[in-house]
Amino acid sequence: MADTTEKTLVLVGHGMVGQRFLEALADRGVTARTRVVVLCEEPRPAYDRVHLTSYFSEGVSPRELSVVEDGFMARHGIELHVGDPAVRVDRDRRTVTARSGLTVGYDTLVLATGSYPFVPPVPGKDAAGCFVYRTIEDLLAIEAYAAGVGSGAVVGGGLLGLEAAGALKGLGLDTHVVEFAPRLMPVQVDTGGGDALRRRVEALGVRVHTGVGTQQITVDGGTGRVTGMALSDGSHLPVGMVVFSAGVRPRDELARGCGLLVGERGGIVVDEQCRTADPSVFAIGECALAADGRVYGLVAPGYEMAETAARTVAGEAGAFTGADLSTKLKLLGVDVASFGDAHGTAEGCLDVCYSDARSGIYRKLVVGADGTLLGGVLVGDVESYGLLRPLTGSVPPVAPEHLVLPAGAGAPVALGPSALPDEAVVCSCNNVTKGAIRAAVGGAGAGGAGGGAGEHSCTSVAEVKKCTKAGTSCGSCVKVLGQLVDAELEAAGVEVDKGLCPHFAQTRAELYEIVLALRIPSYRQLLDGHGREGARGGEGCEVCKPAVASILASLAPVVGASVHVLEGEQAALQDTNDHFLANMQKNGSYSVVPRIPGGEITPEKLIVIGEVARDFGLYTKITGGQRIDLFGARVEQLPLIWARLVDAGFESGHAYGKALRTVKSCVGQTWCRYGVQDSVRMAIDLELRYRGLRSPHKLKSAVSGCARECAEAQSKDFGVIATANGWNLYVGGNGGATPRHADLLAKDLSDAELVRLVDRFLMFYIRTADRLERTSVWLERIPGGLEHVRDVVVHDSLGICEELEALMAAHVAGYRDEWAGTLDDPERLSRFVSFVNAPGTPDPTVRFVPERGQIKPEPILLSLTERVTV
Amino acid sequence: MTTMTDLLSPAAAPSVPGTVELHVGGRWLAVCAAEALLPGRGVAALLPDGRQAALFRDRAGRTYAIGNVDPFTGAGVLSHGLVGAVGDRPYVASPLLKQRFDLVDGRCLDDEAVAVATYPVRVR
Ligand code: SRM
Ligand SMILES: Cc1cc2nc3c(=O)[nH]c(=O)nc-3n(C[C@H](O)[C@H](O)[C@H](O)COP(=O)(O)OP(=O)(O)OC[C@H]3O[C@@H](n4cnc5c(N)ncnc54)[C@H](O)[C@@H]3O)c2cc1C
Ligand code: SF4
Ligand code: FES
Repeated sequence: MADTTEKTLVLVGHGMVGQRFLEALADRGVTARTRVVVLCEEPRPAYDRVHLTSYFSEGVSPRELSVVEDGFMARHGIELHVGDPAVRVDRDRRTVTARSGLTVGYDTLVLATGSYPFVPPVPGKDAAGCFVYRTIEDLLAIEAYAAGVGSGAVVGGGLLGLEAAGALKGLGLDTHVVEFAPRLMPVQVDTGGGDALRRRVEALGVRVHTGVGTQQITVDGGTGRVTGMALSDGSHLPVGMVVFSAGVRPRDELARGCGLLVGERGGIVVDEQCRTADPSVFAIGECALAADGRVYGLVAPGYEMAETAARTVAGEAGAFTGADLSTKLKLLGVDVASFGDAHGTAEGCLDVCYSDARSGIYRKLVVGADGTLLGGVLVGDVESYGLLRPLTGSVPPVAPEHLVLPAGAGAPVALGPSALPDEAVVCSCNNVTKGAIRAAVGGAGAGGAGGGAGEHSCTSVAEVKKCTKAGTSCGSCVKVLGQLVDAELEAAGVEVDKGLCPHFAQTRAELYEIVLALRIPSYRQLLDGHGREGARGGEGCEVCKPAVASILASLAPVVGASVHVLEGEQAALQDTNDHFLANMQKNGSYSVVPRIPGGEITPEKLIVIGEVARDFGLYTKITGGQRIDLFGARVEQLPLIWARLVDAGFESGHAYGKALRTVKSCVGQTWCRYGVQDSVRMAIDLELRYRGLRSPHKLKSAVSGCARECAEAQSKDFGVIATANGWNLYVGGNGGATPRHADLLAKDLSDAELVRLVDRFLMFYIRTADRLERTSVWLERIPGGLEHVRDVVVHDSLGICEELEALMAAHVAGYRDEWAGTLDDPERLSRFVSFVNAPGTPDPTVRFVPERGQIKPEPILLSLTERVTV
Repeated sequence: MTTMTDLLSPAAAPSVPGTVELHVGGRWLAVCAAEALLPGRGVAALLPDGRQAALFRDRAGRTYAIGNVDPFTGAGVLSHGLVGAVGDRPYVASPLLKQRFDLVDGRCLDDEAVAVATYPVRVR
């Protein structure tokens, strides 16, 4: 119980800034001596509003968005009242009253109530189908409504408008953005940047309408639902829903209600300490009108205010005098960054521009007369943002003409984090300088930002993040942070541990060499003989087990391990998906992907797939890999399903393994008027040759019949394009999150030359890559890059080509279909049950509901009773 | 046929006699033959009250049982996860979102507010 002399601090609003304020209080020991009460209006504690859209684009759950470290409130004795907003402040009696009737007396009151979305007063704005986009509840409501409509429009083409458009797009709606200004993101980017942004956004299928206003939301008289928007140019846009994103307004109603001063356009007036005219009341974040006369709508300045207010409360010096509006955003998958004096308002400043309309890249740097970098706008290619922003205010070591070029274009730029001065702010979200990061690593004298204790010297990026908070918000600085930490550790003579995991000090490539050279056939033998001291004889972990399992599988015929991944000890090492030879889905059911080499399939086989799917009630979908995925199988159904498929001549497609996935093909010479080689046959040959090959990461391939490249071979780990004289082989391509165009390895190869080169290339990759490293990343990482790989696999500079070919020959000869080999083996089959003590009983938690004529997993409600509360 | 593998890894799946039993509802419930438990890999059991348990055996032959339902997703999948250890404390990593659960006390190693049930287990 609190003793009577204890002071009380009340925080109203538990958003991102409110939470940061609590952390800053805790860091300064204030929570230990003060009773802290938090009134939180939303039904859940603070979460990452900035990444709200990742719910749609990356499937991040509301729970994962939380920014409150588990146990934080309990550890610091903070009373958090969720879903109970403050409704009144009485400054004379110093009390706050919440909606539930709870009244708390305060010594210090901190308002962090954020903003509300502004909805312009257009007729129809309250109809069913009109939304705003700020909270998780907004997002869930939008998702629910979107299920019944095909299209939607966003009013407002600013940062938040594009976020909202990303959300609608993520829901599969036909998406429009209506912006009154003549360009998108008018506040952040200039005209050139706006044009590039528009092209990029339109290329994604979002329709952009600039320079027009919204006059009315049209509504169906009967249902009361939105039918579209009437625009100021006289046109009508038929859409099923509308999201307003026309700016935000500070939530200053509590302050008004208790007579505190607010700005003309809203915002609670505060001084440099974030204190209102009433010395016991503070306001921070988006609800505050800062001492420099601005209301900040970004999270970084809010965090600075939180730190300032916490310092003031703790009796330390601190001031918030204004903040930089630098931002780097990924909106609708398009990277946009602006920093410093982006619009070039300083006297005598000059622009240095690079613009490539074709690829939608626009980069502008603003440079002062003396060469000082003042700011810039980057659209489409923001690679160097992490370095450019901290250089703002100084004369960069490289001429701006070089700096403005996008990554990979023109002259190489020798600019690394080492070029940054110590006072450069590396993480602007959390205001952490390069000096503070170096201090955190070096340990000694770690003063400055972050307040980390001097005695502890960080030895990893994770520790530096924890100690300085750098990299913990928008994440845009993490790459530079990693480089700095590594450089600092190396300079300090600390050996950076490149080991695979706590059990092995070697890298994956080193373990491969050990297994191959010593012919080690089992994980245990490797762990007990070559693991770290304390790890020998132990259990290992989920990192090293599958990595070693993969090495053993790649080398099985050579080292004398079983070629079947479920044999003996190997079974226990496999990732869950490999263990069940199927991909686990979100509800614990599995998917089934039969191999369809080259994407070619007979009508009979198609019918079998259809029959199997129908008989087992599976959801079917054509995949992005030119084959068919059957979802929703219970574990005990897998052998039954596969028995039918194997019987019809299908084999495992290894959709579950780090192994060859598909070799896509285009129809090629046989049918296509342009084709110059038989691309289907080559794709089938390659797929059958490399099927079952386990590798550090998945392997994908494609073969196109001519330079038109319909099979997208240049986005594959190894891609083949037909020429009049044979085949061109491309390597190191990648789709996914960081796409990479493949590099040409060799030209005009004959069939035999092509296969030999692919054999060598793949085996060299398997031998030297890190765990979970695609060929694209590997090619960029290994010393010498493409040239080195070409030397090794084309010119045999290491004299290992014969061995590489022999290893591949052993794989090809040893290949057996894993599913056929499982159906034959009662011991392996016995594992395919939901319950060991009730083999006939299906898992009752695996349930489905209908959708569009098929099934989908029933959403699981995570009731609190399923957890044991600690 | 005896392969090199059998010769070189003597500890691989020693055949274990006996029955694995779980203590639930005040009595010992026979669940499976001990050799059904592959070291480092789990199996699931359906309990009389409808709950599910995940059973594991480690390399040293010790057995463990925790709740099978992954509290982060609600799916009954923990028995399908990979077993690892921090020092000599064994854990299972959920196959869905990879959170780790201590096999001895059921605590989640990646989220201290979460834990799953544990059950006494024996082989006899
Ligand atoms: C089923 C499918 C989507 C679809 O409905 O079409 C799919 C589904 C999954 N993909 Fe994919 N990808 C599928 C085609 C692709 C493609 C297109 C292609 O192969 O041509 C790509 C981009 C090409 C590429 O990989 O370079 C693709 C890039 C990814 C990535 C990003 C890889 C990267 O290097 O960045 C991941 C994540 C990863 O592997 O770490 C991923 C991971 C996944 C996982 C395994 C995610 C997971 O762990 O649950 C999905 C599970 C499949 C399942 O449970 O059965 N999937 N995925 C496609 C299966 C193709 C097939 O027949 O095997
Ligand atoms: C979709 C989206 C994307 C964004 N992207 C970016 C970005 O990329 N970069 C960036 O810098 N910023 C971004 N922002 C802005 C950023 O989220 C805000 O700047 C930040 O959340 C402000 O924090 P805050 O704590 O001041 O306000 P909020 O996070 O809004 O928190 C205020 C909280 O106070 C509560 N509250 C209000 N009144 C009361 C009351 N009377 N009693 C109790 N509680 C109350 C509210 O319900 C709310 O939970 C984005 C915002 C959105 C919506
Ligand atoms: S890549 Fe060439 S051969 Fe293949 S379908 Fe396209 S145009 Fe025809
Ligand atoms: S700059 Fe945003 S987290 Fe560092």
